[in-house]
Amino acid sequence: MKHLAILAALLAPVPALADTDPANWDDVTAAADGQTVYWNAWGGSTTTNDFIAWVGDRVMADYGVTLEHVKLTDTADAVTRVLSEKQAGEDDDGAIDMIWINGANFAAMKEADLLFGPYAEQLPNWAVVDAEGKTVQTDFTVPVEGFESPWAMAQVVFVHDTADMPDRLGSMQALLEWTAANPGRFSYPQPPDFLGTTFLKQVLVDILPDPSVLADPATDENYEAVTAPLWAYLDELTPNLWREGKAYPATGTAMFPLIADGELDLSISFSPGAASTAIANSELPPSVRTFVLDKGTIGNASFVAVPYNSGSKEGAMVVANFLMSPEAQARAQDPSILGYGTVLNMAALSDDDRALFDALELGVATLSPAELGSVQAEPHPSWATRIADDWMTRYGVSE
Amino acid sequence: MNSRRLLPILPILTLLAMLGPVVAGLWGTLLPAFGHLPAAGLTGPSLDPFRDLFDWAGLPRAMFLSISTGLLATGISLVIVMLINAGWSGTKPFRGLERLLSPLLSVPHAAAAFGLAFLIAPSGWLSRLLSPMVTGWDRPPDLLIVQDTWGLTMTAGLIVKEVPFLLLITLAALGQADAQRSVAISQALGYGRVTGWLKTVFPRVYAQIRPPIYVVLAYSMSVVDVAVILGPNTPPSLSVQIVKWMSDPDLAMRLEGAAGALLQLGLVIGALVFWRLGEHVVGRVGKRWIASGARGRLDPLVAQGALAAGAVCALSVMLGLVVLTIWSFAGYWGFPDALPDAFTWRNWMRFGPGTLEALGETALIAVTVAMTALILTIGCLEAEYRFGLSFSQRAVWLLYLPLLIPQTAFLPGLQTLMLSLGADVGRAPVMLAHLVFVLPYVFLSLADPFRAWDTRMGTIAAALRASPNGVLWRVRLPMLLRPILTALAVGLAVSVGQYLPTLLIGGGRVQTLTTEAVALASGGDRRAIGVYGLMQTGAALVPFALALLIPTLVWRNRKGLRHG
Amino acid sequence: MDKGLSLRDVTITKGGAPLLSVSHDIAPGEVLTVMGPSGVGKSTLLAFITGTLAPDFHATGDVWLDGQDITHAAPHQRRVGILFQDDLLFPHLSVGANLAFGLQPGGSRAERAAKIAEALNEIGLSGFEDRDPATLSGGQKARVALMRMLLSEPCGLLLDEPFSRLDAALRAQVRDMVFDRAKARQLPVLMVTHDADDAQAAGGVIVTLGG
Repeated sequence: MKHLAILAALLAPVPALADTDPANWDDVTAAADGQTVYWNAWGGSTTTNDFIAWVGDRVMADYGVTLEHVKLTDTADAVTRVLSEKQAGEDDDGAIDMIWINGANFAAMKEADLLFGPYAEQLPNWAVVDAEGKTVQTDFTVPVEGFESPWAMAQVVFVHDTADMPDRLGSMQALLEWTAANPGRFSYPQPPDFLGTTFLKQVLVDILPDPSVLADPATDENYEAVTAPLWAYLDELTPNLWREGKAYPATGTAMFPLIADGELDLSISFSPGAASTAIANSELPPSVRTFVLDKGTIGNASFVAVPYNSGSKEGAMVVANFLMSPEAQARAQDPSILGYGTVLNMAALSDDDRALFDALELGVATLSPAELGSVQAEPHPSWATRIADDWMTRYGVSE
Repeated sequence: MNSRRLLPILPILTLLAMLGPVVAGLWGTLLPAFGHLPAAGLTGPSLDPFRDLFDWAGLPRAMFLSISTGLLATGISLVIVMLINAGWSGTKPFRGLERLLSPLLSVPHAAAAFGLAFLIAPSGWLSRLLSPMVTGWDRPPDLLIVQDTWGLTMTAGLIVKEVPFLLLITLAALGQADAQRSVAISQALGYGRVTGWLKTVFPRVYAQIRPPIYVVLAYSMSVVDVAVILGPNTPPSLSVQIVKWMSDPDLAMRLEGAAGALLQLGLVIGALVFWRLGEHVVGRVGKRWIASGARGRLDPLVAQGALAAGAVCALSVMLGLVVLTIWSFAGYWGFPDALPDAFTWRNWMRFGPGTLEALGETALIAVTVAMTALILTIGCLEAEYRFGLSFSQRAVWLLYLPLLIPQTAFLPGLQTLMLSLGADVGRAPVMLAHLVFVLPYVFLSLADPFRAWDTRMGTIAAALRASPNGVLWRVRLPMLLRPILTALAVGLAVSVGQYLPTLLIGGGRVQTLTTEAVALASGGDRRAIGVYGLMQTGAALVPFALALLIPTLVWRNRKGLRHG
Repeated sequence: MDKGLSLRDVTITKGGAPLLSVSHDIAPGEVLTVMGPSGVGKSTLLAFITGTLAPDFHATGDVWLDGQDITHAAPHQRRVGILFQDDLLFPHLSVGANLAFGLQPGGSRAERAAKIAEALNEIGLSGFEDRDPATLSGGQKARVALMRMLLSEPCGLLLDEPFSRLDAALRAQVRDMVFDRAKARQLPVLMVTHDADDAQAAGGVIVTLGG
C-alpha cells in the first residue's frame, strides 16, 4: 500500500507540487511580485473593461502584479484554450492565468480537472465573504469546493423605459401578453449568450408550477416534458419580438443602445445596477427603471478561476483576493462604475469598510435589496446546456 | 550577408513563407475533419464529423449565405467597376471618383462595416437625418436591415469595399490595354462609349484582372469580421459558424468545425469553377453581341447609373467614417435627433489609452511584417533581374493561392497544429500568419513598377562601374521610392486589417485594433466602436498618406520622379 | 593585339536561330558602325559586349578590350562605356551627382567637386551642379550623359542609336562632340544605327547586318 502511494505521488502532475500553498499568504504575495496575470474576461462591456483596468492599476501598486485583460467575446473560448493546451502537453505556462467564469463553463472545467485549487477559501478576504447568505459555494447547483472565488452577485432584472412602458410586469405570462399588445418592443440576447440563456431559464422557472425539478440534472426521460411549456411559450412570443425574432442582440449591453434609440421598451439585464450606470454614462435615457417578477428572479454569483496550467497562479490568487476586498467590492457596486452586487457580508466588515458601502448612491434605476426580493436558484447547468442547444435548433436557424 | 548566396534562395524562401502555413493549416484541418485528433484521444478515419455537420439544421442556409454573398458581392462590384470604366475612363468625373475611391481602399473592412451599420440601421444616421420630417418616424421602425436574414447588408458592406479595390486593379491593367485608342476607333465607327469599351477593351482587361476577381470571390464567400458585424445570426454564414465551432469547449465541435472548413473550401472551389464556366458563357454571348453590331442606344443611361453606383459606394464609406467620428464624440444622442445633444472628449479619454495600447501592438506587428514582406519581395524581384529566376506565368497563381484559399479553411488547422507541436501562441506566430496574406499584396503591388524600371539605367550604371548591389541601392531603389513606399503602405494596411489570423493564432493574447474593434461589436457600445474604428482606419490610412507625401518631399526638386 | 576593342567570331543566336555574326577589331580612336534595320539584333550585340545579354539569347565568341578577354567579366568590371538614344540621366540625382556617379572614386570632396565643375565647364554648363536633370534641354542632357560616361574613364565606347532622338540641328552638334571626345581620348567606338548620316559622320568602317 505504501509503495502504491509513493507511486501515485510520482505519477501526479509535477507542477502541482511546485505551486505555492494558498494558505501561506506571505509566500503567495512574495511569489506574485513581478508576475503577469492574463485575465480572460468577457470584453464586450466597456464599463467592465474600465473596472478591470483599475484592478490592474491597484494590484500593480500593492503587489507588483501586472494584470493583462484578454477580452473575450465568449468565455467558452478560454475553456477551449486550456483544453487544447492540456492536449498539447502545455502544463506549466498556459496562455491563461485567470478566467471570469461560472455555470456550465465552470462545471466543464472542474469536471475535466482543468482548474487549480482548492484555493478560494484560503484567501484572506474569504473571511468577509457572505458564504451563508449568498450562493457563493455552489455555482448553478455545482459545488464550488474552492476551485473558484466569487467577486460579484448578479440577479435578473427587467429594464424598461417608463416613457414608453410605464408599468412593471409581474410574471412571464404578463410579459407574453404585453408583447402581443406591443409587438417588436422586446428582445433578449441570442443564446448561447449567457444572458440570453438565462432569459430562457427565467421563463421556465417562472411558468413551471414546481421548478424544483430543475435542481437535479436533466435526464432524457424528463427533459422534453419539463421544457415543453417553454417552447410553447417561445413559439407564441417569437413573432412579437423585435425584428420578429429574425435577429437578436448579441449581448445584454447591446440592448441598451436599442432602448436609448427607442427600438426596445423592455429588455433584461443580469446586473441590478447596470441600468443606473448606463444612465450615468448617457447610454440610457433617465426615464429607464428596473423591476423583478412577483415570484422573484434568477440570481447567481460571478467567479474567477485559475487554470491548472497557469504560470502565474500566485499572481492570479492575489488578483482574486483583491477582487473580494471591501475596496474593490465597493467600487464594483458603485452604479457610476459597475453597479454589481457585492459578495461580502456587511456584518463582517469593519466600520470603515462598511462606510464605503453606506456612502454609495445606488442610483435611480436600481432596486434596493428588499425590492429585489427573493432570489430564485439557478437550474442545474445540464438544463441550460440542453435548452440553449435546443433553442439554436428551433430558433437559431429560423429562416 | 553574402548576397550572391542569399539572393538566389530568396524566391524559394518567399514561397515557403507564403505557402508553408497554408499547406500546414490545410493538413491540420484535414485530419480532424475525418475524425483524427489524437490530442483529444480521437483517431480516425471516420465520417462522423461530416455526419454531424450535415445534421446541423442551419447548414443549408449557412451554405447559401456563403455562396450568395460571394457571387453577389463579386458580380455587382465587377459590373459597377467595368461600367464606370466603360462610361467614364479618362473624363473629369472619373478622375474625381478615382480620387474619392483610392483612399477608401485602405479603410479596414471592419471599420467600413461599422460605419455602414451606423448609417443604414433603422436607428442609423440616415434615418435620423430624415426623421421625423420626411419619414414621420419618431421611433426607429422595426425593420430588419442590419443582420438581415438574406445577408444583403453584409453583401453591400463587401461591395462598398471591393469596388475601390477592383477599380484600382482595373486602372493598373488598363495601362497595358491601349484603351483610349480602341474606344476612339469604335466611337468613330458609331458605337456608344460604353458599348465600344465593353466590346473592345473589356475582354483584354478582364483577362488581366481575373486573378484579383477570384480573390474577391473567395474572400467574400468566407469573410468573418464583416459577417460578424453586418451578417445574420439565425444562422450565421458558414465561416462565422466554423469559428464558433472552433471555439466551443466541446472538442467534438472542433471536428465538426474542421469538416465545415473543408466544406467551405469545397464551396469556394465550386464557386470559382462556376464563375469560370460563367466566363465562357459571357464570352460566347459577348461574341454574338459583338457580331450583331449593336451600337448601344442606352449607353448614356447605363453610364449615369454606374457613376451613381460608384458614388454611392464612396459616399457610404465616407459618411460611415463621419458617423463613426460623431459617435466617438457623442454625449447622449437620442432618436431621431440628427446630432447628439452634446459633443464631448469623454469617450476619447475613456477609450483612448486602450486604443493606444492596441495601436502599439498593431503597429509593431504591421511594421515588422510589412518590412519583411518588402525585403523578401525586393529580393525576389532582384533575383529575377540578376539571375533570370522569374516566376513562370503558372507560378504567378501561387502568389494568389493564400488569397484564394479561405482563411477559415486553414487558420483553425494551423492553430491546432501549432498547439500540438507545442509552439507558443503570441506575437511571433501572428506575424508569420500575417506574412502569408501581406506578402502577396506587397509582391503584386511592387512587381509591376519594379519590372517596368528601365533596365538600361542598370546597364548605364554598370558601365559607369557600379556593382550590382550599387546599382540596386544607388539607382534602382531610390528611383522606385514611391512604388516601394506604396507597397509598404499596402502591406501595413493589410496587416492592420487582419482579424482571423490575429484572433486564432494569437490565442487572444495579441490584441490589435482590429480584434478589439470586432470584439466590441457584440457589446454594441457605439461610442467605443467609434473610437476604435477611427483609430483602426487611421492606422491603415496614415501610411498611405505618408507614401504619397514622403516621395513628394524627398523628390520635390526632381521633376522626372514626380509621377513615378 | 593590345589596345582597342576586338570582337572575335561573335555569333548570337536566339532559340537556335542565328541572329548575327561579327568578327572585327576596332583600333583606338576608330569607329566601327553596325547598320541594319530594326530587329536584326544590333542592340543585342551591344548587350553582349556590356555583359547584359538577356537569358533567351545565346552567344559564342570572345570580346577583348585593351588586351584583356572581358567576355565573362561582370558588367561593372568591363570598362565599356555606353550611350543610348535616351540620355538616361538618373532622375533622382542632380546634374552634379550624376557626374559624380560616373567619376571614379578617390580624391577629397573638394577635389571631386572641382573635377565636376571643370567637366561641366568643358560642356558649357558651368554652375549646373544642383540642377534637376529633368529641367535641362535635350542637347544639355546629351552633353551631361556623355560627360558622365567619360568621367568613368572607359576603355571603349558603345553607341546605341545615340542621336536618333535629337532634332537635325542639335544632332550634328552632339554627334561631332561625341566623336571628337572619343578620338581625343583614343577610345575604340562601336556604334549601331539605322541612320546613314550618322554612319557617314562616323567616318569609319561600316558593317551592314540583315536586310
